[in-house]
Amino acid sequence: MKFGVVRFPGSSGDKDAYFAVRDVTGQSVEYIWHESTDLSGFDCIILPGGASYGDYLRAGGVAKNSPIIDAIRKFADGGGRVIGIGNGFQILCEAGLLPGDLLMNNTARFRCLPVKVRVDNNTSDFSGKCCKGQVLSLPIAHLTGRYYCDSDTLNVLEKDGRVLLRYCDESGNATEQANPNGSVGNIAGVVNERGNIAGMMPHPERAVEDILGSTDGVCILQSMVEARL
Amino acid sequence: MSITDTKPIEPKEYKEMGLNEAEYNEIVRVLGRHPTYTEVGMYSVMWSEHCGYKYSRPILRLFKKYREAIDGAGLENAGIIDIGDGLGVAMKIESHNHPSAVEPFQSAATGIGGMLRDIFTMGARPIAALNSLRFGPLDEPRNRYLFEQVIAGLGYYGNAVGVPTVGGEVYFEECYSGNCLVNAMALGLIRHDEVAYARADGVGNSVLIVGSYTGRDGIHGATFASVELNEESESKKSNVQMGDPFVENVLIEATLEAIASGFVVGIQDMGAAGITCSTCETSAKAGTGMRIDVKNVPTREECMTPYEIMLSESQERMLAIVQKDKVDEVTAIFKKWGVPANVIGEVTDDGLVHVYEGDDLVAQVPAKSLADDAPTYQLEAKEPAYLAALQNYDLSQVSEPADYNEALLAILASPSIASKQWAYEQFDQTLLTNTVVAPGSNAAVLRIRGTNKGIGVVVDCNGRYCYLDPFVGAQIAVAEAARNLACSGAKAVGATDCLNFGNPERPDGFWQFKRAVEGLAEACEFFDAPIVSGNVSLYNETPEMAVYPTPAIGMLGLLDDVEKHCTSEFKAEGDVVVLISGVRFDEGEKLPVCERESLGGSEYLKVIHGIVAGRPPVLDMEQEKRVHGALLKGIGDGVIKSAHDCADGGLAVTLAESCIAGGIGADVKLSANCGPSAALFAETQSRVVVSVEAEKLGLLREIVDAYRVESTILGTVGGDAMTIAVNDVEIINVGVSELDSCWRNAIPGKMAETGVEC
Repeated sequence: MKFGVVRFPGSSGDKDAYFAVRDVTGQSVEYIWHESTDLSGFDCIILPGGASYGDYLRAGGVAKNSPIIDAIRKFADGGGRVIGIGNGFQILCEAGLLPGDLLMNNTARFRCLPVKVRVDNNTSDFSGKCCKGQVLSLPIAHLTGRYYCDSDTLNVLEKDGRVLLRYCDESGNATEQANPNGSVGNIAGVVNERGNIAGMMPHPERAVEDILGSTDGVCILQSMVEARL
Repeated sequence: MSITDTKPIEPKEYKEMGLNEAEYNEIVRVLGRHPTYTEVGMYSVMWSEHCGYKYSRPILRLFKKYREAIDGAGLENAGIIDIGDGLGVAMKIESHNHPSAVEPFQSAATGIGGMLRDIFTMGARPIAALNSLRFGPLDEPRNRYLFEQVIAGLGYYGNAVGVPTVGGEVYFEECYSGNCLVNAMALGLIRHDEVAYARADGVGNSVLIVGSYTGRDGIHGATFASVELNEESESKKSNVQMGDPFVENVLIEATLEAIASGFVVGIQDMGAAGITCSTCETSAKAGTGMRIDVKNVPTREECMTPYEIMLSESQERMLAIVQKDKVDEVTAIFKKWGVPANVIGEVTDDGLVHVYEGDDLVAQVPAKSLADDAPTYQLEAKEPAYLAALQNYDLSQVSEPADYNEALLAILASPSIASKQWAYEQFDQTLLTNTVVAPGSNAAVLRIRGTNKGIGVVVDCNGRYCYLDPFVGAQIAVAEAARNLACSGAKAVGATDCLNFGNPERPDGFWQFKRAVEGLAEACEFFDAPIVSGNVSLYNETPEMAVYPTPAIGMLGLLDDVEKHCTSEFKAEGDVVVLISGVRFDEGEKLPVCERESLGGSEYLKVIHGIVAGRPPVLDMEQEKRVHGALLKGIGDGVIKSAHDCADGGLAVTLAESCIAGGIGADVKLSANCGPSAALFAETQSRVVVSVEAEKLGLLREIVDAYRVESTILGTVGGDAMTIAVNDVEIINVGVSELDSCWRNAIPGKMAETGVEC
């Protein structure tokens, strides 16, 4: 299986995603420059974290106009698998590939800390190796991570089981206190209707080795590797 | 072409730029004529204290590596420390104090940017940032504003540029109220065979300016950094540079790619004194000259004069010297990343920097005279009048507190001691996936990808100790940094220093500076952690007061096996708590006659009694080094499960922090040779609290004997409260959750108080 990690100017999380795929899942992986329009040969595209274009205008608001976004749209239309992490999630929402928006944290400050998230959907291409209700410990690091969508969209997401991850306490309760940024419904990650595009604010690629304090991100990466194409 | 017919510059004009009459006359002597207006500007910044170190240079020669560099190949942007496997760590710390006092957000941000450029212009990939900060008390709205904005600025830049901030320190003292200290530190990883140098070699090679366009921001920033702050400082906001972390991010990638191409002959960051500094320093170092045309410098504002272009401190710019037939290849790399790169001149062989504006020659100066020949001054040093009375303060007259629990909680809630989570949560600590130990333990620990190795990194300084005795205080800063590394399992291998002091032109200010550097130089050599880079920031004072002498020490340690690192929190019920200390009782070494003497300069005296007096604790470097040896052995052998050094706040605070971090209590018994407050809160040096499994006590005993240090069993880990009995009387009994909330909520509580004042 071949992964591609998209590099926009300012995508500083590119290396984290690259190393996690190469060293932890053992799959082949290449960087893809954002001006590229050819995604042939790739099975899964990662839009990494960072601050593409310095988060100017809005986080992800400039990157969505890069040539690669159209290529990713076609890639996903053809059934290709796409995940956006942190800034990558913001770009996917800006590009309309995922529903909703990411707003500034309700604390109005950047927050970096390990959080607990609950796997609410374990049948997606991104969570098949996790158990339903499993509590993962993953780091967050963002200023613009408050997931927001209107109530109709929220109802659809909830009804269709498209909420992938939800901020929760140690026991898996999605409490207000466990919500680090004010996301609606404690939502930390979602998938599109077809189930082949996912976005999440927590960073699974930063939690893949014991030496880094958590290996809970491995099940997300491994889910992508093992899900049927 | 040469410059003739120049007229004398009015004394009022050159004095405004910071030059005195003797210095002006020296310029006239060097040039053999009066300087042009542009030339005076260039000399004034290069000969300022900030760039020319005119007051500090004679003292800095005490540092071995500095002496060797100055007498040899010259200073590089940052120092490199060997960590084996063909790898080195480039490391530097730098101040951004004065601008932060007037424009905290942008200045703190710019501080990181400048540091990172010093690192990656050597060809090193930046892997981590740290910071060392000092503010006035958070009870003052202005100080809350400065603290909030500095943290936000550091986070804004560091997070967006893509470098994790993994550690730091923050202290709050009255003396920093008008003049906060903002020191940023950065580290980069490099292969020794890929180091790039700041040299303009090869006559005919092309000189490029790379990065942001040049604007009018930051003109005379270096001069501003070399005077005291006063009520007019607010009007110097135009001296403050504006940073753009996105530009820096792509500059990092493009620069590293360009250096890897092999076509870049030399490269230097443009920081203080901008184009002036980078052109003359790279030429002087290579023994060459340079001819540039300011009309080829892309500017972001119309009608900029040569003077403005030469002195601008616009951020995210670099000077690159490129093989003359490879300019297209190199500019293509920068273009890919969207980074402007323009040829502005070429390397010459006459030792002169020629600055043209089109056909007009506007400056023609010997590169070496600007870069290396700043006049130096031997200033008078005199012990401050305040010192004797403070040092001789009779500590026996200090009363015991009414309630030891209350005293402990008050100290834990003192912002200098309390949790800094409020601040470091605003920094991305885990980006680049190397962070093994994040902020909040002893030192930060990073793994070195592709090896089994790790590095520990820390920054330390207790300014109060330095105020009470700059020589001993500086040595303690070094010892504590090395001790923090040892507690993490890392052996100290090198250091960088940021010397923050007051006005050196006052004899007592210069005495503080001189004594501190003497202490640092001796201690760094003793602990095998030579200072490889650094920065001097003087004139840190307002008309009301000077800051405490604050020589912040950044130190790097090495772990051969990163898996064998250690952290500060108690790990498990039933583990034995042991104090390892430098004094060896059976060999006749003694503690100070009464431990109360180690209360001098303590947090306890300040917080509980409102007293800043006494002498700092005694430091015996031989003992200290043996403690480090025992720790490294005990951690490496897997005997020691947790280690936390006794520093600010004393033993009780150390124990409390290990309980809080582990979420578990401890039952401890101490014996005191004088009042209980000294047993709890004295800041006696060379001590570390460790925890071990009971069955490993024998192994620990063997280690402490081998290293000739003392171990004292204090108690056991367990329960949900911390209890301490002194001479068999229990005087501390506080639930861990209460310790935790008191320590954790102190700073957020202060910051929530009735807003901030800009």
